[in-house]
Amino acid sequence: MSQGINSSLIKFVVRLGDNNLILGHRLSEWCSKGPFLEEDIAMSNIALDYIGQARVLYSYAGQLDGGKNEDYYAYERREHEFTNALLCETPNGDFGMTVARQLYYSVFAYALCNALLKSKDETLSGYAGKAVKELAYHVRHASDWTLRLGDGTEESNKRMQHGIDELWMYTHDLFATLESDKELVAAGIIPDVAAMKGEWLEQVKDVIQRATLTMPDVNAWQMEGSRKGRHTENIGYIISELQYVTRAYPGCEW
Amino acid sequence: MENVMELEAQFQAKIDRGEFIEPKDWMPEKYRKTLIRQISQHAHSEIIGMQPEGNWITRAPSLRRKAILLAKIQDEAGHGLYLYSACETMGISREELNHQLHTGAAKYSSIFNYPTLSWADMGAIGWLVDGAAIVNQVSLQRTSYGPYARAMVRICKEESFHQRQGYELLLSLCRGTAEQKAMAQDAMNRWWWPSLMMFGPHDAESAHSAQSMQWKIKRESNDELRQKFIDKTVAQAEFLGLTIPDPDLKWNAERGHYDFGQIDWEEFNNVIRGNGPCNKQRLNHHVKVHEENVWVREAANAYAKKNAKKSETLVA
Amino acid sequence: MSSNDNQFPLWEVFVQTKSGTPYKHAGSVHAADKEMAIMNARDLYTRRNEGNALWVVPSNAIVASSPEDMGAFFEPSNDKAYRHPTFYVIPNEVKHI
Repeated sequence: MSQGINSSLIKFVVRLGDNNLILGHRLSEWCSKGPFLEEDIAMSNIALDYIGQARVLYSYAGQLDGGKNEDYYAYERREHEFTNALLCETPNGDFGMTVARQLYYSVFAYALCNALLKSKDETLSGYAGKAVKELAYHVRHASDWTLRLGDGTEESNKRMQHGIDELWMYTHDLFATLESDKELVAAGIIPDVAAMKGEWLEQVKDVIQRATLTMPDVNAWQMEGSRKGRHTENIGYIISELQYVTRAYPGCEW
Repeated sequence: MENVMELEAQFQAKIDRGEFIEPKDWMPEKYRKTLIRQISQHAHSEIIGMQPEGNWITRAPSLRRKAILLAKIQDEAGHGLYLYSACETMGISREELNHQLHTGAAKYSSIFNYPTLSWADMGAIGWLVDGAAIVNQVSLQRTSYGPYARAMVRICKEESFHQRQGYELLLSLCRGTAEQKAMAQDAMNRWWWPSLMMFGPHDAESAHSAQSMQWKIKRESNDELRQKFIDKTVAQAEFLGLTIPDPDLKWNAERGHYDFGQIDWEEFNNVIRGNGPCNKQRLNHHVKVHEENVWVREAANAYAKKNAKKSETLVA
Repeated sequence: MSSNDNQFPLWEVFVQTKSGTPYKHAGSVHAADKEMAIMNARDLYTRRNEGNALWVVPSNAIVASSPEDMGAFFEPSNDKAYRHPTFYVIPNEVKHI
């Protein structure tokens, strides 16, 4: 692999790893706070899936990047070096907000991994083979809950709609690409992520409408910047918790 | 019509033969009450126990440790659920069990009213607290109530990873820097005595023991279980190079057991009575989460009802 | 009891661990609907790769024999030894039977 394409691939893999770590971190915050015990367990399962995926991706990035280990990416980088989608770092809010985030993210990630199954990069296609099964479950979980909350009571409809509306502005950023992605697309290593938005929109719209909710304004202005390390304020707090122990006791094995 | 005394005699005979009692079998009201109290207390302990560890998920210092800790706490939720299910077979609802917890009518293990102050506490809880719990749970796999015994078998199978991950965590600290080792020793100092208290008061002072032993709800006494735990833990502490904070701890060759110092029962009783460092915090957390999510449960119920109606109309 | 509490109906969970083996009772879960019940069962009872397939059944749909029926139900089959193959004496020379 050429030097250039290697560094492009690292950026892409780390982006995907960051999405998984930060979303897994957020979902893990639900532990012991679930709306009922069974759902608490379900959310921990989903969080564990994302943390597991992050580890696979970080290990691969490290392998491409001179033998760094998975923990380097989680514990030794600064806020602006994280390139997770803005959506992943939004606070949990109420259960409706979390379900909205899960709907937006899991539909996106499922489509991405489905496309990565055909990647010319064997590690990425191997990763996708496992991830796509987990994500299919996440899509089902998020869709079911969107329906229950949207078409449940008046209050749950209002809260679910609020989640859908509040997070909408961060969804375009899921599809953000870098100039360096182009050569990966050309080499058949990754799909054209930007081009996946149309299908995503159709799927999300279908669930939202079946849940008797209103689709947000598709033409409204949306935020971007995550792939260049421009975040919301949330990231600093996430990173300071995540890295507290390793920063307080540098150079230790845990 | 047989009278109650005859039924009770038959019931005791069945237990003496080593048979299990199943939900539909006749049982003395006091047996049922004692079991509900014990199983629900056990279930609540699993659930409240999620909090002190949950406290550290977002701060775990490696991704491996983070995944392990989350999986472990999720197991605790699962164990709580198995136990609630066992309790429900005796005709008490999950709603009622929650209510008893929230009003203080049901208790949970006092150990979870202590704060988790450092990362090493995740190790100490796994090794000592889960270790103490396992000694008790292994013995309860032979408890006389079938659903409870079956829940225990499942729990014991899953629980042994909990203790091992805790010990492994401490091993990393003890083999690490001086600061890490000091962190481990500090955790040991804080968790040792509360772990011994988990087995409950001495047999002579235990209010429920004799009857529970006769009914085989409990299979070994508090003091026997406590001794078992100490005997197997001392060598594990030595391997870590940690000091057990008890100057009176020493091997008694005559007894074939370790002798140990006086437990501070005043502290124990106070923590039970609600004066522990985190009693209010733990319970308030549970109540708050419960209340904040009423709307979610209502929505799910409303949705289920609507759809049940829809499918009825379809059939018609 | 708190009026705001509703923890959903109870469902019994049966897990098949390997294709071709019988479904075994694993325990129960609470859930508002079928879909939630099967997902909750998956999340609770197959965390360690125990599952190949699942059944969930509303607990109130299960009919159980009662302890008083034990004699009437199960003892009559005690004395029907002729239902078991070992009841019949076949000469050693006769094979494959």
